[in-house]
Amino acid sequence: MNILRLEQVVKTYGSYRAVNDVTFDIPKGVVFGMLGPNGAGKTSLIRIITSITKADSGRIWLDGEPLNSQHPEQIGYMPEERGLYKKMKVGEQLTYLARLKGLTAAQARESLSYWFKRLDIVDWWEKKVDELSKGMQQKVQFVATVLHKPKLLILDEPFSGLDPINAQLIESEIRELARQGTSIIFSTHRMEQVEEMCRHVVLINKGQNVLEGEVKNIKAEFKQNHFLLDVDGELPADFAEHFAVVSRDEMGTVVHLPSGHGGNELLSWCIDRKITVRHFEELLPTFNEIFIRRVQETQ
Amino acid sequence: MQNLKLIVWREFITRVRKRSFILGTLLAPLGLLVYFLVIIGLSSYSGGGELKVAVLDEADMLGPIPDDKGVHYIPAADRSLDELKKAVEDGTYNGILRIPALGNMQQKNLTVFYYSDKKLPPEKSEFIEDRIEEKLRDFKIDSLGIDRRNLDVLDTKVAIDPEKLDGSEDDQSQYTAAVGLAIGGIMAFVMFFMVLMYGQMVMRSVMEEKTNRIVEVMMSSVKPFELMLGKILGVGAVGLTQVLSWTVLSTLVTLLVPMIMDIDPQQLQQSAPAGAGAAQINPEEAQAEGLRIFAELSKQNWGLIAFAFTIFFLGGYFIYSSLFAAIGSAMSDDMGEGQALTLPVTLPIVLAFYITAFAGIRNPDSGLMVFTSLFPLFSPIAMPFRMAFDPPWWQVALSLVLVVAAAVFFVWLAGRIYRVGILMYGKKVTLREIGKWMLWK
Repeated sequence: MNILRLEQVVKTYGSYRAVNDVTFDIPKGVVFGMLGPNGAGKTSLIRIITSITKADSGRIWLDGEPLNSQHPEQIGYMPEERGLYKKMKVGEQLTYLARLKGLTAAQARESLSYWFKRLDIVDWWEKKVDELSKGMQQKVQFVATVLHKPKLLILDEPFSGLDPINAQLIESEIRELARQGTSIIFSTHRMEQVEEMCRHVVLINKGQNVLEGEVKNIKAEFKQNHFLLDVDGELPADFAEHFAVVSRDEMGTVVHLPSGHGGNELLSWCIDRKITVRHFEELLPTFNEIFIRRVQETQ
Repeated sequence: MQNLKLIVWREFITRVRKRSFILGTLLAPLGLLVYFLVIIGLSSYSGGGELKVAVLDEADMLGPIPDDKGVHYIPAADRSLDELKKAVEDGTYNGILRIPALGNMQQKNLTVFYYSDKKLPPEKSEFIEDRIEEKLRDFKIDSLGIDRRNLDVLDTKVAIDPEKLDGSEDDQSQYTAAVGLAIGGIMAFVMFFMVLMYGQMVMRSVMEEKTNRIVEVMMSSVKPFELMLGKILGVGAVGLTQVLSWTVLSTLVTLLVPMIMDIDPQQLQQSAPAGAGAAQINPEEAQAEGLRIFAELSKQNWGLIAFAFTIFFLGGYFIYSSLFAAIGSAMSDDMGEGQALTLPVTLPIVLAFYITAFAGIRNPDSGLMVFTSLFPLFSPIAMPFRMAFDPPWWQVALSLVLVVAAAVFFVWLAGRIYRVGILMYGKKVTLREIGKWMLWK
């Protein structure tokens, strides 16, 4: 079952085509990575999903229903550019935002007291936002995004501008929400973050979906049969006659095996020659590499 | 609808709770109170104490002069100037008033001399001149043997009383125009002031949300149009609250001042600076005048005026505040470009006000004024002004229809600009581009 389905979505601003015929599905209950460089059209897509703007054409389903005016209440969105009313008190502001998401005053209070306790910010209720530090404001912003228990949480660059402590806190909250069944779209241009958090990804470039799928499948698809081998002492001189060496540095030697050949061949070769293997791993491409390769391929 | 209510309430309550709003709302009438007190204090200030003046009436023309306005006139015709000068030096008198004889009854100017080392205050000098002129007039009347009763009937007051050709209804008087001018002028000014002030408040509020970046969070919960409309309604409610408070408080102040100062309004009028002929009007006449103005005021169709004013106010406010909202949404963080974008919106308001102030006062029914009071960008200021001069009813009706239609149209149009502008960051926007946004899907 998918929480979100996009079909041939197109959005143009004047003559600029920001989203160009994008189709993908987001499975329920996973952290889904939306990757792409700055200006790829990620924010434009998010704005369409959150009903901030309308697509020119294409169809979108949220949890099986065509996107409608009730759906924004089921979505929590944290934009890349964070924003709060600076002069408003934290409690009042969050109550207001919660009520705009369809909560009653009592529900809002209940949800807020849960989050205030959870994030240990109970004594901020009466503080004005501009009295808080930037890190504190980020916490408030996060609460604003999740307080209505959205089915779908959309986080645009959630870690940008966060100090390591807050970043870790938010990360663990995201994981906890995912564990409880919230579907999460995690949009970023920082490819390495995706590998840590997401099971599924879509790669967007120039408004188009260039690649999508499960992280491990994509990695497998793009793997180049490269292995990293580090041994005690030097490798024998005839090693290069048997294996194609890609590179060599203090971490070890990177070896390319022809397709159809596995890592065991390399290992058994070493064992046969009584070479002590200190480190061995299959090198999977990073998303950065995959992205660059994919973009080059499609051009 | 629920969201709109929440937005309106937030826009309203966050402003009304602000210290600056509370102070502004309370202080303005208080300022009025202080202003009144100062004016009254100044005008009843006797101008430097009592003055004792020896009157050396050389031709014995004036007779005794009653004390008046802090000046004591002491007859001293039986003493010489030198004697009197000594008395002034002693401090018995403050000064000597020497009144030479009139050459003949036809003489129209007379120089009177005042001897003192201290300067006569200008105000006192005026009082004394007035007194002596009165006395000399009495002297001339008696000397020429004119019957006072005949004299009184010489002056005839003339007033133009406009009448309808069919002689029907609406008995207008000479005061109609003056009262109309006052009512129309006040309404035009209030309208001008409110539309400009609260329109710009809407604009600032839109810009604040945009630069704060809260707008994207808001957009994920509410429709852009809801947010814009909520803002316009909320700020409008603040404006109405302020005007209402000012009206109530000012009324209280005007009622309270005489009580605090223990002043009888009649007295107030007499002690007012004796400028132009104000002092010459005798109390009964002033009262009659007041009654006539009052009659004129009560003759105005207040129900209709209030109804039309409200519609024009709302219409004007919606038109301009939505335009300001659109402009605010298009502005980037940089305030510098503001002028170029706001000018096209402020210009029509100012123009409407000037046309009304200059052309309207001269002739409220001129072709220019008729056009100005129908054109919806101008009519909220111009038509309430004309209303006081009894314009053809169809023009009022047409103007009302046009202003309502225009308000709906401009709110819609502004919504189309706003939804694009509010999410547009990091580039300067020209009016041409704003024009293009209206056409975006």
